[in-house]
Amino acid sequence: MRLELDKSAPPVEARGILTQFGTNIIHENLDFRVDRGEIVGLVGGSGSGKSVLLNTLLGLKEPEGGVVRYFGQDRRNIAPELRQDIKNRIGVLFQGGALFSSLTVRENIMVPLREHTDLPLGLMRELADMKIHMVGLPLTAATLYPSDLSGGMKKRAGLARSLALDPSLLYLDEPTAGLDPIGASAFDQLILGLRDAMDLTVIMVTHDLDSLFTICDRVAVLVDKKIAINDSLPKVRAYEHPWVQEYFGGARARAAGSAGQSEPSTKGSL
Amino acid sequence: MNSTTEIERATRRDDDAPRFTLVHSDGHLHLTAQGNWTLNTIINVDQRLKHELENFNQAQVSYDFDGISELDTAGAYVLSRAIKCESGKCYDWDIKSEDKGHKMLMQSAANARMGQLPAAGRMWYDVLVRMGKATHRFWDELYDTLAFLGHFFIVLLKLIVRPKKIRWKSVTAMVEQVGIDAAPIIMVLSFFIGAVIAYMGANLLASFGAQIFMVELVGFSVLREFGVLITAIMLAGRSDSAFTAQIGAMRMRQEIDAMTVIGMETYETLVVPRALACLISAPILTFLAMLSGLFGGMLVAWLGPTDVSPILFLARLKDSVPIQHFWVGMIKAPFFALIIAVVGCRQGLAVTGSVESLGSRTTASVVQAIFAVITIDAMFAMLFLQLDI
Repeated sequence: MRLELDKSAPPVEARGILTQFGTNIIHENLDFRVDRGEIVGLVGGSGSGKSVLLNTLLGLKEPEGGVVRYFGQDRRNIAPELRQDIKNRIGVLFQGGALFSSLTVRENIMVPLREHTDLPLGLMRELADMKIHMVGLPLTAATLYPSDLSGGMKKRAGLARSLALDPSLLYLDEPTAGLDPIGASAFDQLILGLRDAMDLTVIMVTHDLDSLFTICDRVAVLVDKKIAINDSLPKVRAYEHPWVQEYFGGARARAAGSAGQSEPSTKGSL
Repeated sequence: MNSTTEIERATRRDDDAPRFTLVHSDGHLHLTAQGNWTLNTIINVDQRLKHELENFNQAQVSYDFDGISELDTAGAYVLSRAIKCESGKCYDWDIKSEDKGHKMLMQSAANARMGQLPAAGRMWYDVLVRMGKATHRFWDELYDTLAFLGHFFIVLLKLIVRPKKIRWKSVTAMVEQVGIDAAPIIMVLSFFIGAVIAYMGANLLASFGAQIFMVELVGFSVLREFGVLITAIMLAGRSDSAFTAQIGAMRMRQEIDAMTVIGMETYETLVVPRALACLISAPILTFLAMLSGLFGGMLVAWLGPTDVSPILFLARLKDSVPIQHFWVGMIKAPFFALIIAVVGCRQGLAVTGSVESLGSRTTASVVQAIFAVITIDAMFAMLFLQLDI
């Protein structure tokens, strides 16, 4: 059963989203769009509803109003037999990695393969090992359990699992939070490399200014219950909004900005 | 000397099925691939490609991907099997394709094939290793539990010298959890055990016409064994597992580390109150279990076929079941209580960071506690036999 999707359509698009918990309105008239092959950073203050938006885009939560489209198709109107196919095109890296603690790293990566393909076990194992290699983990990590891994390795292993079915759209929830600067920078470069190799579209929620400056093509700012601006970084920094000005005008942002612009040569070193 | 072999295979030419052509000349292999090489389609072609590649001994591979409609990592991995890799190095390969992404995919696939795979264990060997480890772990656990018990006694003695340091507040809270909350379930269970013994005894003894001896049967078994054993097993299942889970969760959230840094002694704050609570609760619970067990037996004797009135039951109990049997049961309660508290706390403190270890420690805790209770009970039985009690 082959699925024909409009490849040029944006992988995910939200229009007029309304989200509310009781009388508490989180998002109102929110529009958000990601084009194919982009890396989009999603920023916003704590409690601005970034995680809720991520859940809405993922389909873990239905919005109270508005439309979410995957590859140009309204999510509510997707035929049931296509729904799984579309799900398989979406990968998520949760904040803590969300690895299944009773399975080894290799078995974790094999879970989506077991569920959704009929491949022989040996080939599945080889493909899982390839993913382990692609995210830069040593192959000895394959037989380890998540509790034996460091924070950075857990994130890489989680990334490998989210890539198991070759998604075209990848969500990253604070991928560099809790990593040291060296690890965070290596993770950024890993995402860039994978984007090029696997033709990924990436949406990342992040507070890491370095990530925003080094790898994001566009930055979407969630403020005042909607996406105020979704554009390239220079334009976002010039945007006249007190929160945005404070966010990008602070000392930390200036430092990250000058570092990010003076060293573009680190790109592509996996 | 141009031995050219051409093999062409096509399963379903009608649609987009993956197809390949291999042309070999002078150690140089040309692999032309067509169609859709993705996760969902490679199952049709993987084995065949692997099989046919065994016929060649190529040093170099040239890929021609112009006819490929779709390629993902899985497809690239299968195609990269043509690249021979030995001891961490891969032979030369090049690629002809209109899509730049194809080269990157093949590069990652080829890189992934260079690493050494971790060796898979053999079955019989694994079984032996696991048996060895389990034996070793048994002794380790025994040693650690005894060491813990020793450490606990030292702390307890220090506290007895300076009783002001005992945390009575948490002791009372624990007595509520361990003792009062457990009383109803223990009494109900004991009631049923007493009733079952009376019923079975009555049936069995009736064949000798000696139904009245069921009073002795109920009295001996409930007072000597069942009252205290039911209590201990319930404590092991109920409180011991709770101790392990509570302390284990504190360990996982680094609360115990925080307490140590602040200067609170773990044994003093966590272990001693639990052990004291068990020591206080177990004899009381045992007493309640004995009462309700005897009551269950009495009720069956009265309402069942034997028709022994409560007055007769109690009179006979007083005459023919000496008080020493009551003490034989009661004396065991503090020993059981102590071992249950110590095993529960020790397993809780042994929890490491993962949820998995919390689960396995809780299981181990209950199993060890019940094992210890029954072993100690057997040892007491032998002791009393020697002492003729």
